[in-house]
Amino acid sequence: MRIELVKRPQQSRLFSALSPFIAFALTIAAGAILFAALGKNPATTLYYYFIDPLTELWSLHELAIKAAPLILIAVGLSVCFLSSNWNIGAEGQFIVGGIVGSMLPVLFPEMKFWFVLPLMLLMGMAGGALYAAIPAMLKVRFNTNEILTSLMLVYVAQLFLDWLVRGPWRNPAGMNFPGTVRFHEYAVLPEILPASGRAHWGFVFALVAALVVWFVLARTLKGFQVKVLGQSPRAGRFAGFSSGRMVMFAFLVSGALAGLAGISEVSGAVRHLNEKLSIGYGFTAIIVAFLGRLNPLGIVAAGLVLALTYLGGEAAQISVGLSDKVVRAFQGLILFFVLACDTLIHYRIRLVRPHAAAAGEASHV
Amino acid sequence: MSETRETGAVPLLEVRGLTKVFGQLRACDGIDLTIGKGEIHALLGENGAGKSTFVKMLFGSLEPASGDIFWNGSRVAIRSPAHARKLGIGMVFQHFSLFEALTAAENILLSLDDDTSIVEIAGKAHDVSKAYGLPLDPYALVGDLSVGERQRIEIIRCLLQEPQLIILDEPTSVLTPQEADKLFETLERLREEGKSILYISHRLEEVKRLCDRATVLRHGKVVAHCDPRKETAASLARMMVGSEVVTAERPPAAAGERAELLGICGLSRKPAGPFSIPLRNIWLSLKAGEVLGIAGVAGNGQGEFFEAVSGEVLQDSADVIRIRGAAVGRLDISGRRLLGAAFVPEERLGHGAAPRMKLSENLLLSRFRTDAATFLGRLGLIRTPVIAGAAQRIVAEMDVRKSADDPEAASLSGGNLQKFIIGRELDRKPAVMVVNQPTWGVDAGAAARIRQALIDLARAGSAVLVISQDLDELFEVSDAIAVMHDGQLSAPIPVAEATPERIGLLMGGADAANASHGAGHGASHDGSHGSGHGLGHSGEVA
Repeated sequence: MRIELVKRPQQSRLFSALSPFIAFALTIAAGAILFAALGKNPATTLYYYFIDPLTELWSLHELAIKAAPLILIAVGLSVCFLSSNWNIGAEGQFIVGGIVGSMLPVLFPEMKFWFVLPLMLLMGMAGGALYAAIPAMLKVRFNTNEILTSLMLVYVAQLFLDWLVRGPWRNPAGMNFPGTVRFHEYAVLPEILPASGRAHWGFVFALVAALVVWFVLARTLKGFQVKVLGQSPRAGRFAGFSSGRMVMFAFLVSGALAGLAGISEVSGAVRHLNEKLSIGYGFTAIIVAFLGRLNPLGIVAAGLVLALTYLGGEAAQISVGLSDKVVRAFQGLILFFVLACDTLIHYRIRLVRPHAAAAGEASHV
Repeated sequence: MSETRETGAVPLLEVRGLTKVFGQLRACDGIDLTIGKGEIHALLGENGAGKSTFVKMLFGSLEPASGDIFWNGSRVAIRSPAHARKLGIGMVFQHFSLFEALTAAENILLSLDDDTSIVEIAGKAHDVSKAYGLPLDPYALVGDLSVGERQRIEIIRCLLQEPQLIILDEPTSVLTPQEADKLFETLERLREEGKSILYISHRLEEVKRLCDRATVLRHGKVVAHCDPRKETAASLARMMVGSEVVTAERPPAAAGERAELLGICGLSRKPAGPFSIPLRNIWLSLKAGEVLGIAGVAGNGQGEFFEAVSGEVLQDSADVIRIRGAAVGRLDISGRRLLGAAFVPEERLGHGAAPRMKLSENLLLSRFRTDAATFLGRLGLIRTPVIAGAAQRIVAEMDVRKSADDPEAASLSGGNLQKFIIGRELDRKPAVMVVNQPTWGVDAGAAARIRQALIDLARAGSAVLVISQDLDELFEVSDAIAVMHDGQLSAPIPVAEATPERIGLLMGGADAANASHGAGHGASHDGSHGSGHGLGHSGEVA
């Protein structure tokens, strides 16, 4: 007996829309089994994981802080993935954006003017974009595989950041802890509602970016170009679109948004640059992009869900004593179930039993 | 077991009620067929009639939903191609499965189940090729061989298994008329030896000439068993199509001086990959009101030529290609379209249209520049209602049958999608239209409509260039026919002077100069390519 995937003639619209929710429900169920196997009460653990972080206002602010970089990066990645450019290096572009944007307050701390912050944000975007331009140019010029080059550049960025904050950029008054000086007031991204919590303007940037990119993808020729070149490059060439320019465009947009996320994180949430800048936002954003079905508006919702897994992980670690590695397992489960649900929307499973008449004879396969 | 009427012997193969269902579609619906020993049996049908599905079930690559297959009188379930070969069924596919970087003998070795030395294989292959009149060098690299020679490898590979039944899927679709004649001799020799052949084709003349019996399929069902020798080509076509087959009407081209709309002056192109064909010094001149056909066996540079003319690949010098007098060699496809040119590539899905996009989006695909003023607003905003309206207009004009209001391109049948793609370009009333394989895989009704539309466009004052492997089609639509062979283009022959034999010789690589000399046209490749050279003769065609 073998299992075949048979393409469905028509995809159910209902289940296409429901798919992310079904995937999430399955993740919760699998999570409950996982917790039970770890000897925890599934009900309480799930409560601390998914409900408790939503019950208090300050904690909703934390949710926005975690969601902001995820959404910003994933929105950029949606442009990449829709055009079939597999940028896996958003983590590196995020870090480089943070580094380049931090140059002003770290190297020129005496510059205290109102334009420092806008300039930092622009520099962060430029840094991320230029770092993303490396794998893009390698792909256009030498036809290298961007999955490998962009991924490897993540490690370069991580180690470079580590060296910077332990070496040349280390705060002399920092008791030898790795990290730069604390940013002065003109270099800090302010909170949206300082009265109720820490959430900074990075979350607003994320929402604006999602709206703008959604509009460009859905309604303009540029978005059409992204989709055509992503789905059938040869038809794109026939249309007169340049695939090389599209590679650069997609990488620059996603690099710039990742860079913006990086500098927003540094100047908004952390307020100085240290070696723990990212908790894997660049990689988690890949899950966010697919969970949001590569639609920037869906990505906003998906970003909030994945941000919750980070918060819930911390909460469950504190209250139930769960390992923080469970967060990664959870994120992996979500991606797995999303992809599985999508596959079953496009295909149905058929079990094929060998012919009764043929069963008697020896196998010729 | 039932018996063949003629001989009373047990038939080699008998099929009863064979059915295969794909989702909603009954690709094969209760097919009955009997093949006797030493019989060449034709399986006739249009594209999509279910021929390939049927054959795949016989060869074990598809499992039937229901129905029985009897082999030498006993019921069998054919589970895999290896099992089919073991029973004695061999198959020569339409699309070859050969490794181009290996030699002929190595390719044959790969398909055999047992361990045999390469020398032994080469020897056997040599013997078989001699015995059946299939000249072949076993040590030649497949990449260097012509399509006809590659087919010989497939046939020899099949014969080495000593099959009793050989299935040939559209074997002549890639051959010149002369190569096809050689193939028929081989097949007749095999019949004399008592081997049976299932011959799949939609070319009626060769079926009449070669086959003892025929089974005609339409929409997955058997519509007739007949003796093709007692039928006419027209009656066979009626059975296949289910209605009278219309041929396009070609009124005479207008006489007098007409402007050149497309000129190609010494186009050469280096091969893009290890197995692609270089273009060698191509000249042609196409004037308003004319249809020029380019014949040629597949893979002789037609695709490379189309890419160069369309601007998907740019030329080194601007002067090589002229559209309406403008030198466009360095201009991209959008720029060439803006000058009034339109292009239809061979591959519909993935080249001429994006499969997962709606028809309206596919309309935008080739016309976002030429119709920017109507289709796009400020900042590149797409005006969806306007485009949807234009798509509806094309659908109505070309009679495109579809299941939904604005379906994805991939959900249309090949013929309907091709009608849409051609209609998309005709809707612009292009001055120059370049079409590669306009009716490949398209049913007869749609093909007739497309051909008529191309002729009408030319007679309305445009220049039309039709690249096709289908000689009948070229004779139907063209005012003159040129032949592409190994990246070279022969001088065009006015259709009144062209015969299938003459075109066939050129397709096989006969010297273009000699072939056209007989007709009194001294144009040749090494001669001077003045402006008088080209399609100027077609004015004489009436």
